[in-house]
Amino acid sequence: MTGPRRLRVGESAPVRLALVGAAVVLSALVFGAPLVMVFGRAFAMGIGVYLQKVSDPFALHAIWLTVLTSLIVVPINVGFGVAAAWLITRHQFWGRRLLTTLIELPVSISPIVAGVAYLFLYGSLGLFGPFLDAHGWRIMFTAPAIFLVSLFVTSPYVARELITTMQAQDTDDEVAALTLGAGGLQTFLGVTLPKIGWAVFYGAVICNARVMGEFGAVSVVSGKIRGKTETLPLHIEVLFNDYNTTGAFAAASILALLALVTLAMKTISEIRLQRARAAS
Amino acid sequence: MSAAVRRRRLMPGFGLSFGVTLSYLALIVLMPIAALVWKAGVSGPGELWAGVSSRRAVATYELTLTTAAAATAFNAVVGFLLAWVLTRYRFPGRRLLDAVVDLPFALPTAVAGIALSAIFAPTGWAGGLLEPHGIKVAYAPAGIAVAMAFTSIPFVVRSLQPVLADLEDGVEEAAFMLGASELAVFGRVVFPAVLPAFLSGCALAFSRSLGEYGAVIFIAGNIPMRTEVTTLLTYIRLEEFDYPGAAGLATAMLAASFASLFAINALQFWRLRREARG
Repeated sequence: MTGPRRLRVGESAPVRLALVGAAVVLSALVFGAPLVMVFGRAFAMGIGVYLQKVSDPFALHAIWLTVLTSLIVVPINVGFGVAAAWLITRHQFWGRRLLTTLIELPVSISPIVAGVAYLFLYGSLGLFGPFLDAHGWRIMFTAPAIFLVSLFVTSPYVARELITTMQAQDTDDEVAALTLGAGGLQTFLGVTLPKIGWAVFYGAVICNARVMGEFGAVSVVSGKIRGKTETLPLHIEVLFNDYNTTGAFAAASILALLALVTLAMKTISEIRLQRARAAS
Repeated sequence: MSAAVRRRRLMPGFGLSFGVTLSYLALIVLMPIAALVWKAGVSGPGELWAGVSSRRAVATYELTLTTAAAATAFNAVVGFLLAWVLTRYRFPGRRLLDAVVDLPFALPTAVAGIALSAIFAPTGWAGGLLEPHGIKVAYAPAGIAVAMAFTSIPFVVRSLQPVLADLEDGVEEAAFMLGASELAVFGRVVFPAVLPAFLSGCALAFSRSLGEYGAVIFIAGNIPMRTEVTTLLTYIRLEEFDYPGAAGLATAMLAASFASLFAINALQFWRLRREARG
């Protein structure tokens, strides 16, 4: 036999170099170009114009509504995610696989379909429409409609993150705590939570990014009323369609910055989770 | 008594977590879906069929399916490359590359949409290079495929990474010792092993592309019969107060989601069975 011992495919220097080079160049183009475009256009007219665009009253209201939506939706979906992951990974029961699929379902459903579904549930001509109208209650085209549809679209993110993390962990510590007489809640808070803390954090960060950026579903249920039910992504659309490109990209730069922070947080929590796994 | 049985008895919180999970799913996920199906049901088959089978609707299906297929084909190749490079090689900047792959998940679709539209517009960086050669991307089907590819590429990479990392040591070496070439080892040993995960990643990306709205509408041009995707037509039907039309299109898309979910689950089942055997 000639040459060095080959252990794996693609280990030769030219192949490695070509593949890594291609991946880096393609990634710079595919992921880098949109980011450079957003920040470049946002600051194209100088920082003064930028600040003026993002402090416009409609922009400020859109930012406020977007933050409010996240403050309501993320904690609820963290609660749901913890309950769902505890159920799926710590218990055996009939229909567990089906339930896991059901938890993941909103990922596969188009945001437009989600919006239409909520319209047909709470809208005037929807399933609960007559009941809501009779009581003088309105959900569609108000902020609560935005909260509800955001709950739908982002419900799987914390849950799936926790399910993956908790499935990889054994339950010896929990069993030990319970055998020694600890209560259920005490065991969860004292034993499980410290082990999954970073996964909860990461799930919440991703959920937050999806809530703040949700566009299609919110387009349908919000009514897009300026200064009332306009979130930041909807605000971007209005400005872009008005040929107010600098304004649109200024608003977009806030969300792009949020995306970058999200990726940084994600990397940090991944490193922490890996370390915790290596230590245990 | 086996450990599993003891654990099942011991683990607390079954009732609480079961109750919370099921009622939340019923309230937030299942009830709206039921309302959509109900609305489609009460609209009557005649009106529903007229909505989903109109020439304009059929044109959106053709466009959406072909552009999603093109986007998925691109992502299959580039996604495989990225997953391969990220799991197999150590090089400076690997962490950064790994983080950046998730950008399309973290970046709002509307932001991606306006950025891609500006890049591929005739005056943009890519548009300025391509348009003189007669290649039109913005306001053409190619632009729709670009937007879909951007938003769905992480699905392929993230589905492949764990299985590529878990490939058993020694199998490739054994094939080499038996005299197989690099390409043969890749094609007969590595690729078949990751195929189910690869296909389920592609199915996820395809399904995501079919339902994409935010990134697409800014770059598509949205001309009826030519550059109008199904999600946009659904939205337009709502704005026209054509609720049966919107219900029909949304139900059709829901059915497509369920079909792809079924396919993905079947692929996962295939993988689990193979792992159990192998």
